[in-house]
Amino acid sequence: MAPRKLPPVDIVIVGMGWAGGIMAKELGPTGLKIAVLERGGPRSTQDDFNIPQIRDELRFHQRTGLMMDTAKDTLTVRNKLSEEALPMRRLGSFLPGEGVGGSGVHWNGVNWRWADQDLKIRSHYEQRYGKAYIPADMPLRDWAVGYAELEPFYEKFEYTTGVSGKAGNLKGKLQPGGNPYEGARAKDYPMPPLTPSLASNMFTKAATEVGFHPFPRPASQASQPWVNRDGQQLGQCQYCGFCERFGCESNSKGSPHITVIPVALKNQNVDLRTYSWVQKVLLDSTGKKATGVLYVNVKTGEELEQPADLVILSGYQLNNVHLLLLSGIGKPYDPKTREGIVGANYCYQVQGGVTLFFEDRAFNPFISTGSLGAIMDDFHYNQDFDRSKIGTIGGATLAMGGPHGRPINYHPTPPGTPQWGSEFKRATAKWYQGAVNIAATGSVMPHADNCLTLDPTYKNRFGQPLLRMTFDFHDNDYKVIGQATDAAGVIAKAMNPKIIAPGASRRSGWSVVPYQTTHNTGGAIMGAQPGASVVNKFGQSWDVPNVFVTSAAVFPHNSAYNPTGPVGALAFFAADAIKNRYLKKPGMLV
Amino acid sequence: MSDKVRRRDLLLGAGVVGAAALPIAGPAAAQAPAAKPPAAVHPAPAGYMFLKPSEQAFVEALVDHMIPADELTPSGTDIGVAVFIDRACSGSWGRGDRLYMQGPFKAGTANQGYQLPLTPAEFYQQGIAASNAYCRKTYGKAFDRITAAEKEAFLKGLQASKIELAGVPGREFFDMVYQTVMEGLFADPIYGGNRDMVGWRMVGFPGVSANNAENIKKYNDGMPFKAEPLGIADMS
Ligand SMILES: Cc1cc2nc3c(=O)[nH]c(=O)nc-3n(C[C@H](O)[C@H](O)[C@H](O)COP(=O)(O)OP(=O)(O)OC[C@H]3O[C@@H](n4cnc5c(N)ncnc54)[C@H](O)[C@@H]3O)c2cc1C
Repeated sequence: MAPRKLPPVDIVIVGMGWAGGIMAKELGPTGLKIAVLERGGPRSTQDDFNIPQIRDELRFHQRTGLMMDTAKDTLTVRNKLSEEALPMRRLGSFLPGEGVGGSGVHWNGVNWRWADQDLKIRSHYEQRYGKAYIPADMPLRDWAVGYAELEPFYEKFEYTTGVSGKAGNLKGKLQPGGNPYEGARAKDYPMPPLTPSLASNMFTKAATEVGFHPFPRPASQASQPWVNRDGQQLGQCQYCGFCERFGCESNSKGSPHITVIPVALKNQNVDLRTYSWVQKVLLDSTGKKATGVLYVNVKTGEELEQPADLVILSGYQLNNVHLLLLSGIGKPYDPKTREGIVGANYCYQVQGGVTLFFEDRAFNPFISTGSLGAIMDDFHYNQDFDRSKIGTIGGATLAMGGPHGRPINYHPTPPGTPQWGSEFKRATAKWYQGAVNIAATGSVMPHADNCLTLDPTYKNRFGQPLLRMTFDFHDNDYKVIGQATDAAGVIAKAMNPKIIAPGASRRSGWSVVPYQTTHNTGGAIMGAQPGASVVNKFGQSWDVPNVFVTSAAVFPHNSAYNPTGPVGALAFFAADAIKNRYLKKPGMLV
Repeated sequence: MSDKVRRRDLLLGAGVVGAAALPIAGPAAAQAPAAKPPAAVHPAPAGYMFLKPSEQAFVEALVDHMIPADELTPSGTDIGVAVFIDRACSGSWGRGDRLYMQGPFKAGTANQGYQLPLTPAEFYQQGIAASNAYCRKTYGKAFDRITAAEKEAFLKGLQASKIELAGVPGREFFDMVYQTVMEGLFADPIYGGNRDMVGWRMVGFPGVSANNAENIKKYNDGMPFKAEPLGIADMS
């Protein structure tokens, strides 16, 4: 049966997470007819994140209650091009959302500004270390946008989500206690930092003594009651310890469903349709113009065609790349010939660190919140840190002040402790309060083999090919995280714990099983020219100019920072260009 | 059975303790009843919904081996871990909720994760049967009848991939079993395990009530925050 054709709209937005919410809020006041299609259901604090039900570690952590349903759609994974990719049959390594608010309802809220250390990465390394320093199989690229151009849009995002933090660089003047390596900001954070925990204070002291520059981690948890620029209210964070993977019952975590989405929906012309799963973007006979999207009402199974003049892909990074490939927009990347570009530069992050065990103090790990902790950038945004000694590109942050004490997942014991029996129980009882972790998070640079393509075998519930991920860590990534883990050991010693346990070595390659981060990037990268990139700096497709792409899919590489700061800033940046330029004169913006 | 009486006592006791101790602050307090008469306490129903007798015996022996009764907690069975596993298997997780179950099914690398054509409940059952077959062959008896030292050797062998089970990947079976034991020890008591919140008491986790905006200031000097734990049922 042919899909039922709906009356046309001006704009279709696919996905109602952070980026989709920002787009809908910013474009709503144009008065144009906007349909937002979200594959999952509605979400409200009152009904979905209520106490006591939301404080359920089994349901929301173990059973991933708020995340995408892999029975409907998943991806296939493999480490190497020579392997056969097999389906990720359940969630593990990353946890994208499904439902209004997207991953933005269960994120951790660490909110960064990626500056020129990332945005001009290739130029920087070439200048400082020479052209030959960058390996031939590392397609490292400058972004098409610089920090100065993005700065006002970072501010917009921060003053929309709410961020608690301490500026390190205000208009070029360094501020004590903040990050000395950050890009200059015109305005301080909207709120003062969160209340530090014992772990934050100990790390700040020890890292400072060793000669580093720790600062409070920028947090989209409100350190005090706060009202954003749209009049949306955030409550004070209660440090409940149920943040990452959970929705916030007190509306203190900056989330789309309490900020951008309700503001967008005040515009009568914005029509949010939940349970609406977009399958592809429809193109006209030239293949250079989108005519709308095809979607399924997952509650009835009905297929619908929604004609539109402009299509904005605001799914999660993986979904956007998948939709581009399914729709035939842009030339797919072929890792064998290294030709094509859609699906190239897929990147991730690498984890390391050490666990410290103290006998004489209690950290109360359950009194905590997502972004709490102190962090340092001395091996990351600090460009004086000489990479040539270890031969790396990129870097890692080190942080302490753990996010939770939920006991199914958090009951650390020193290495060598039995994992069951009375000895296990005694060790768990003894160390639960006295353990603390220095977490190292490393950037991952693009590699010619790491990519996203369509799977030749496996299909989703709608009969469409799954996205296929080929990914492994490469030498640069291991060196970055190895150096940072060694440094974590040095800081740990300065705190004089009873035991220091090194993190598990990751030379065994990327595994889809344990959770690492939901910081997947690339696949629809931005650039200054077509051919070597999928979209321009506004996320506009070079091939089909009435299609825009948001999300971390447009990032040419991955930083050690969490990605949502630039996802939000770029969405505001693109919305501004669409509103003020594209809609007045549709066509290429660059 | 005396065992059942003990469990019931424990539960009733738990209800009384929980009801007596609700000194919590903030908006959550408004929702929590100030006191519950013991008559309103419904012990979690015991009994099995899903596991067959031979499977019950395996699971009880396993959880009692992994969580023996000692100064910290009663045995795994007595704190409901076997019931937790039964409910997990019979519930949505056990039946493969959110599991991508389309073929072809092929063995992959460890990094590619779970690839069996079995739901977790089916995997549990296959794994138990294969474990008992292995134990009979090696020790002459099913798992629940072998000595503690033999159980230890068997479980360690599975965990270290040194023991192979017929038709079932042993290490993956162990990982799933171990995960559910930890869940039964530490998940909210509404799921049948962690009775009287003994798992939480063991480590000092205060449960679901968590209005800590003041506590984060008070408890940053290395002193432990101590509170009678509360579960979802206590606040519902
Ligand atoms: C556990 C966890 C912790 C995290 N912590 C942090 C952190 O501390 N800091 C940080 O910066 N980032 C963090 N992140 C990442 C952060 O959540 C994402 O970067 C952010 O939400 C991305 O925004 P987005 O709009 O691109 O995608 P999302 O917010 O994921 O929204 C995408 C939406 O599109 C919908 N969608 C997808 N495909 C379709 C389709 N075909 N049809 C219709 N709808 C579709 C999805 O259902 C979803 O609602 C975390 C993520 C997780 C899961």
